[in-house]
Amino acid sequence: MSSALDQKNAPTPAPAAGPGNAVASLMRMRELPVLIALVLLVLVTYLINPLFLTPQGVKDLLLNATIIMILAVGQTLLIITRNIDLSVGSMLGLVAFGTGSIFSAAPDVPIMAVFAIGMAFGALLGAFNGILVTAAKVPALVITLGTLYVFRGLNNAWAGGKQFFAGDRPDEFGALSVNTVLGFPVITLLAIVVVTVVAVYMSGTRPGRDLYAIGSDPDAATAFGIKVSKRVFLAFLANGALAGLAGVLYASRFNSVGATTGTGMELTVVAAAVVGGVAIFGGSGSVTGAALGAVLLTTITSSLTALRVDKFWQQAIVGVLILTAIIIDRVASLRTAKKLRISEARNV
Amino acid sequence: MSETTSTTSTAPAPVADSTKPLASEPKGRTGAARILTGRDAMTIYALVAFLIYAAIAIPRFASPVTTGFLLLDVIPVLLIAMPMTLIIITGEIDLSVASTAGLTSALMGVLWAGGMDIWLVLAISLLAGIAAGMFNGVLIAVLGLPSLAVTIGTLALFRGLALVIIGDNAVANFPKALTAFFTSKIGGTGIPTVMIGVVVVVVFFGVLLHFTPFGRGLYAMGYSKEAASFVGINVARSKFWLYVGSGTVSALAGIYWTLRYTSARSDNASGLELAVIAAVLLGGVSIFGGKGSIPGVIAGVLLIGTLNYALRLARVSDVVLITVTGLLLIVSVVAPSIGAAIRQWRHTRRVRRSFTRKTT
Repeated sequence: MSSALDQKNAPTPAPAAGPGNAVASLMRMRELPVLIALVLLVLVTYLINPLFLTPQGVKDLLLNATIIMILAVGQTLLIITRNIDLSVGSMLGLVAFGTGSIFSAAPDVPIMAVFAIGMAFGALLGAFNGILVTAAKVPALVITLGTLYVFRGLNNAWAGGKQFFAGDRPDEFGALSVNTVLGFPVITLLAIVVVTVVAVYMSGTRPGRDLYAIGSDPDAATAFGIKVSKRVFLAFLANGALAGLAGVLYASRFNSVGATTGTGMELTVVAAAVVGGVAIFGGSGSVTGAALGAVLLTTITSSLTALRVDKFWQQAIVGVLILTAIIIDRVASLRTAKKLRISEARNV
Repeated sequence: MSETTSTTSTAPAPVADSTKPLASEPKGRTGAARILTGRDAMTIYALVAFLIYAAIAIPRFASPVTTGFLLLDVIPVLLIAMPMTLIIITGEIDLSVASTAGLTSALMGVLWAGGMDIWLVLAISLLAGIAAGMFNGVLIAVLGLPSLAVTIGTLALFRGLALVIIGDNAVANFPKALTAFFTSKIGGTGIPTVMIGVVVVVVFFGVLLHFTPFGRGLYAMGYSKEAASFVGINVARSKFWLYVGSGTVSALAGIYWTLRYTSARSDNASGLELAVIAAVLLGGVSIFGGKGSIPGVIAGVLLIGTLNYALRLARVSDVVLITVTGLLLIVSVVAPSIGAAIRQWRHTRRVRRSFTRKTT
């Protein structure tokens, strides 16, 4: 929200032209605080424990972030439209177990097909959420709280006590999260592609901008002729597909998938988006920010281990980080509001 | 969120010809009819119907043993659901309740293991819960931050502090007399003794919500914060005290949890926040704020509790329990809007028909 407004208003107060303006607009980037925090965290950890940035260390950092990153991108699409999806953890669990089942039933199935099936399955689950939310006009928070239980129950019924382990899947599939290209694990590259594509879509295309409009003011968006229900439904669909992708990747990355896979993940994902500067009441934020938030949250764990801090501190630090993020967001929006008031008063 | 509230609440209002259809609109109902057909009444009917069914169909269901276990199980949710109802009625939310309970539990464990007097332990743990609530309250009410975001943060923070305090340890050797008291029953009724305390909490919040100006103010806040502050409600102060109340009750639930299961652990009560919110919404409280009642919520909590218990008695696995909870929640929120859509459709059809009759 702020960047577009600021650019329009920047010339009015007069100071800071040319390079100063570029610096100023860089300072206003919502992703910047997250990026700085991330760089500082990595730097400090590296200075104290140089082993932190060995190729293996970096690879682990990226791998840990991958799945939350993809989920955070999907969640951001929804939060920007003033919706939320609490059922992502359950969706991921269902798809991850589904992936295990496919491999155990048909070990020779092509990996691309598994990805396609997983994403389609996720999209189906997302569509279920989307239909309920848009058709029944019930807030997403409630619907997805319900489907959180329903999907988890389905997964329980399906999986029971059964688990699939690393040995049950073809080696090439597991290799996706072991092999690297230019130092990046394959699945992380996949996540980066996802983030880039969605980020371009959100900032460069009409439907993407529509999502921001819906989140800023649903009534105005409707009045403007935006098909709100359709866009929101598609956002749920996309979020489901991304959760499906994350589920398949989860099956590749982790040793076992079972009935409880993905439990409690929804709050980490929402937290990643919040830390990444996505305003919880819609209309502003970016998927890049959310992805950075995901990297920051997951990197903290590794840093604490590398710094030999008690692992127990991790969650408390995550909490402080979320609170800091929303306070920064609040201060920034108050400042923008004040600036707008002053500039508008001058225009009169 | 509030935009949608206004659209849904004004949806039945556009009445084109005001001659007769008013009677079928919710606004036309008077006192008793409104209470008897209200959203929270539906939950109560469902509870009563299910209790009767279970008592007849499920062997061993209608017994003091059942009453005892069932109530012991629902107490934490029932306790926390009370302040949660008030908070959701104002259009806010508190996701940090289970973490507060966990923090209390961890603190109890460490202080008791450190050799402190048990009453002092209980007092300090309760104070910790109050402090946690005040922390939420300051961030939400004083700084004006969104409650959903703040309490996601404190959900992680309080659980994290619990971990920092007690780590992977579990403390179990609480005084026998005390833990026995927490599972004891009143005579042969099967009703747990602690239920007396729970009833005090329930009555407190019930009276606060339904019989005080403060409570009326909460409904007003749920409809519109601006309008509420214009009519002289101190919105920030009300919110602050609600979160303090929520922290206090969460601490009580944490203490209960610890002594009932005789175990202080950092992960006690984790995930309880979602169960509580599900029960509250099932009890007819609108997530948009402005609607809901304590009796409805009690019925909601008991409905989920008895359903789960009955299914467990019938040897149905936990699997189904989770799904049933989810489906109940979805149906309970989707059904009214389907009903509203049908009413709207019938209304427009009637208007259209009378219109064509006039023109022809």
